[in-house]
Amino acid sequence: MNLESAVSRTVNMREQEIARRKAHRRRFKEKLIERFFFLNGLTAILVLGGIFALLFIKSYPAFKELGVFQFFLGAVWNPTSYSVPKYGILSLIVSSLMVTLGALAIAVPLGIGCAAFISEMASKRFKEILKPAIELLAAIPSVVVGFLGIVLVNPIISKLFGISHGLNALNGSILLAIMSLPTIVSLSEDALRAVPLTYKEASLALGANRWQTLVRVSIPSALSGITASIMLGMGRAIGETMTVLMATGNAPGLTFNFLEAIQTMTATIAIELGEVPYNTTHYYSLFVIGFVLFVMTFVVNLISDLILQKYQEVER
Amino acid sequence: MSKKLTERLGLGLLAFSAVLVLLFLGVILFDIFSKGIAVISWEFLSQPPHQGMTEGGIFPAILGTFLVSIITVIFAVPLGMFAAIYLHEYARPGNTTRMIRLAIRNLSGVPSIVYGLFGVVLFVQMMHLGTSILSAGLTLGLLTLPWTITACEEALKTVPKAYREGALALGATKWYAIRTNVLPYAIPGMLTGVILGLARAAGETAPILFTGAAFFLPHLPKSIFDQFMALPYHLYILSTQHHAIDKVRPIAYGTALVLLGLILLLSFTAIWVRYHYRQRLKG
Repeated sequence: MNLESAVSRTVNMREQEIARRKAHRRRFKEKLIERFFFLNGLTAILVLGGIFALLFIKSYPAFKELGVFQFFLGAVWNPTSYSVPKYGILSLIVSSLMVTLGALAIAVPLGIGCAAFISEMASKRFKEILKPAIELLAAIPSVVVGFLGIVLVNPIISKLFGISHGLNALNGSILLAIMSLPTIVSLSEDALRAVPLTYKEASLALGANRWQTLVRVSIPSALSGITASIMLGMGRAIGETMTVLMATGNAPGLTFNFLEAIQTMTATIAIELGEVPYNTTHYYSLFVIGFVLFVMTFVVNLISDLILQKYQEVER
Repeated sequence: MSKKLTERLGLGLLAFSAVLVLLFLGVILFDIFSKGIAVISWEFLSQPPHQGMTEGGIFPAILGTFLVSIITVIFAVPLGMFAAIYLHEYARPGNTTRMIRLAIRNLSGVPSIVYGLFGVVLFVQMMHLGTSILSAGLTLGLLTLPWTITACEEALKTVPKAYREGALALGATKWYAIRTNVLPYAIPGMLTGVILGLARAAGETAPILFTGAAFFLPHLPKSIFDQFMALPYHLYILSTQHHAIDKVRPIAYGTALVLLGLILLLSFTAIWVRYHYRQRLKG
């Protein structure tokens, strides 16, 4: 009797041990799987850090050889000159900012107007046409937009202003405006739609008309979201390559005239990286441009991100 | 009276801006379709360029874009999917998770030409993959990574919490619950996002400029270590770099139409998948 119970107890303990081990193994496997997914999750940080690190490493030799001042204060970009190569990227930065601001001057009023139309006025039917249309506009590749800049916008500008050709900053601004419109419209519309209905109703009940309600109540309440959308559109415009490469004429030089040909930072990289030998000063200085571009878009995106984050907190 | 007038004027302005946006799209599509359709033929789609690209077709460019897209998908989809599974199913709120999300949002704002620079250094130079289909595909894969992660996470969000809890309550492990009760319902949504990302990647030019795209190649690529011709790069060359730009303008329009058509086709496929999947979930 005693023996039997002792045997069954041992068997029981053995079974328990096996079950425990099994559970342990299963937990271990689960941990391993979680680890695996975690490592995949880390790639985003790794890639972003990698881009920053490689751009810095590759631009460092140029900084070291030429000094920071030559890059940011020099207005002349002429790295292939036989006598004295010049590596000033000031004109390139100014050109990039110029087309970007020009684009925003067109896209911001148009984008907010379109967003306000969708959220406040459009019938359901019209909304169903407009929203996919804007998505479609976002899907058009930049190289196709640049091509249209050459074949469509170029002759119009040259005729309108009586100049020999229309490949200039104005052309680039118009194209970039079209490219940043989808971002501005869809995010501004989200922001306007998030404004509580009670705000609008209160305004209307006090006798304000729809226009006054929009301008004095809805848009101010949605301002942070709208600002974020503009910043994102701006980030997209600064970093856009193919459209400006094809439509702005590519003549490096410091100018503030929208009717002159310019050369942006992105276009400079696109034109010259394919032609320079690896690991020369010229090559490294192209990475300086890339590094500056990366930092600029990073800051712009970070600001829009912070605004959006804050605005979501307020909403809750 | 004047208040009424400003209201009318203001609201009219809103309507005008919406119409203007539609007009932009209309003009773009009309111009490409009306001028591109004339050169589209079976020959144009199936033949290589002849006579210094002034005659013949664009088959090598179509093939090149197709091959690069395959590399992009093979590289970016598993990585993006796994990262999304981590973020949505495993990650606990905290600094690491916040950093990952911040990195993803910032990656989607990095200019495509910067990805090109990164690709040149990492894939072409450091990993010695050369200017090739592989290098270009990997570069585009990195570019699409943030979109893929976001799209896959959105798809995971649509799966009701009860599906997970049901499996866990019956004693399933976490991974078993995800594998059998979450992923099958999320995959069509992920597919939609992946196709849309691919459509955007296929039209990108800047990242492939220095990582493998070639001006003109007399032969089709034999392996993934060869250079390739691509539709967007071909369009760029035909419209800016060619010695007889006016002569090849019709071919440029045809190339633009094929590229646009390919992207629209992919986008509509994605929308169809989404629609089909929603119908099935309802039924």
